[in-house]
Amino acid sequence: MEKLDRELLEKIAELHSVPEGSFNIRKNGERLAANSTEEISIVQKTDKPGIDIIVAPGVKNKSVHIPVILTVGDFTDTVYNDFFIGEDADVTIVAGCGIHNPGKGKAEHDGVHTFRLGKHSRVKYVERHYGEGVQGSKRVFDPVTNVFLEEGAVLEMDTTQLGGVTFTDRMTDAVIGDGAKLLVKERLLTDGEEKAISRFRVLLKGKDSTCDIVSRNVARGNSRQEFYSDVVGENSCFGHVECDGILLDGARILSTPQIDAAHPDASLVHEAAVGKIAGDQLTKLMSLGLTEKEAEDAVIKGFLH
Amino acid sequence: MLELKHICYDVDTDRPDKARRILSDVSLGFPKGTVTVITGHNGSGKSTLIKLIMGIDKPTSGRILFNGEDITDASVTERALKGMTIAFQQPVRFKGITVRNLLDAACRKTCTTGEACKYLYSVGLCAKDYIDRPVDDTLSGGELKRIELATALAKGGEVFLLDEPEAGIDLWSFDELVSVFEKLRDKTVVIVSHQSKILQAADRIVVLNSAAQPVVGSRDEILPSLTDVGAPYCMRGGMATE
Ligand SMILES: Nc1ncnc2c1ncn2[C@@H]1O[C@H](COP(=O)(O)OP(=O)(O)O)[C@@H](O)[C@H]1O
Ligand SMILES: [Mg+2]
Repeated sequence: MEKLDRELLEKIAELHSVPEGSFNIRKNGERLAANSTEEISIVQKTDKPGIDIIVAPGVKNKSVHIPVILTVGDFTDTVYNDFFIGEDADVTIVAGCGIHNPGKGKAEHDGVHTFRLGKHSRVKYVERHYGEGVQGSKRVFDPVTNVFLEEGAVLEMDTTQLGGVTFTDRMTDAVIGDGAKLLVKERLLTDGEEKAISRFRVLLKGKDSTCDIVSRNVARGNSRQEFYSDVVGENSCFGHVECDGILLDGARILSTPQIDAAHPDASLVHEAAVGKIAGDQLTKLMSLGLTEKEAEDAVIKGFLH
Repeated sequence: MLELKHICYDVDTDRPDKARRILSDVSLGFPKGTVTVITGHNGSGKSTLIKLIMGIDKPTSGRILFNGEDITDASVTERALKGMTIAFQQPVRFKGITVRNLLDAACRKTCTTGEACKYLYSVGLCAKDYIDRPVDDTLSGGELKRIELATALAKGGEVFLLDEPEAGIDLWSFDELVSVFEKLRDKTVVIVSHQSKILQAADRIVVLNSAAQPVVGSRDEILPSLTDVGAPYCMRGGMATE
């Protein structure tokens, strides 16, 4: 592996070397390295780019790493990954993509992920997106995530985009079964002329299904963010969507949460708050000896944690 | 020595119909090695005075001197670095910042878990339960007040400005709180409080009254005049004003 590859992998997946167990590392549209185990098998698709990740029923406390890196410009990598999680399994999936664009053109990664979680299975999905490269180069992510949760399944999604991504349009579409839960923690930081759009569409279909989406966003410079959520409760269910934004400089954040309670026992909540950093937070930190800039950075760092 | 000279503080000066003088020509000295408790009725300007000393608000007129240096125009950060330390009456809540993050910021370094825990224990908190908790609305008022005090202790300094440190701390013995102040004996300690145990621990007591000059005296001079529960701060007797 080259130095640049290693650096990117470390940033997005905290990988210092080839991981243990099952993994698949993709670089510039090709498989760089992979390992498949009996418990978590990774099968390359034959009809289109991508892999099937199959977790056997009952597999506990295992993890699988599937990072992607892009180190060339003028290149769009579209990949289809399907996750089949067996009943009662409990695994962590570490995904993410790092783009280093050395040219003036556009480097784009579009991951189309489909999660099918079997009964009472649990998945923690961690995804980091990161971009870097020469000024004027475009680093773009347009991921689509489809989620199907069977009875009692829990998907915890922890997604982060912490800089260098010039444009992103993310779409997460989920159908939640009886007693199943979707828990999303999204963190987005944009700066300069960057733009980020995040969309969620959740159908709370099952009895006692739950979704909890918390999106925390920081927009600096001249950047723009848009947040859309659409939660439909078709059964006795609970849905909570929170979009919390910090604005700095000349940035702009638009937030449009929509809820549709289509059942008498549906309980849906949305909260959205966008604004500058609270002055009393800065004052408190400055009273500990931090400068205003240090205080601002500390508030943002905590907020995006 | 911390000195306030002829401090006036007006609010809403841009709206003549609402403009109000909160502090009027207040001159007070706070010598090193003394504990001064400021008391007075609600709205008498105690928190305002503390915030003026910390530089959070600027006096309309008057000067603030610290060890002879005029710090009236110094920023909050500058005062903090000169040794002024405040524990707010209403501690601020954050999002995502943990107790450990705050203690690290206060110490200006990455504290070891042992160091961080020491500060939490000293304010009566079981450290391991709190160290990684976010300082947000999942903490109760009393927990937040103790953490506020812990960050002030972790920061350290020469002048401690503690605004109603006992508020919300019901179950914790005041003796323990008083023992925290005792540890700051060699510093300049200014505590805003109404609590008799804390007033008992004072060397000096300042009674603020928005309508008149503050009354200042030793604990033994002032305390007897405050014992009338019905009107504890209105008894102005024949006490000397500073
Ligand atoms: N920024 C402000 N604008 C208007 N009124 C204020 C402002 N700050 C304080 N006050 C008023 O000044 C008075 C003193 O407030 P404060 O110092 O908080 O009193 P306390 O002695 O209870 O701590 C109160 O009547 C309060 O309402
Ligand atoms: Mg007050």
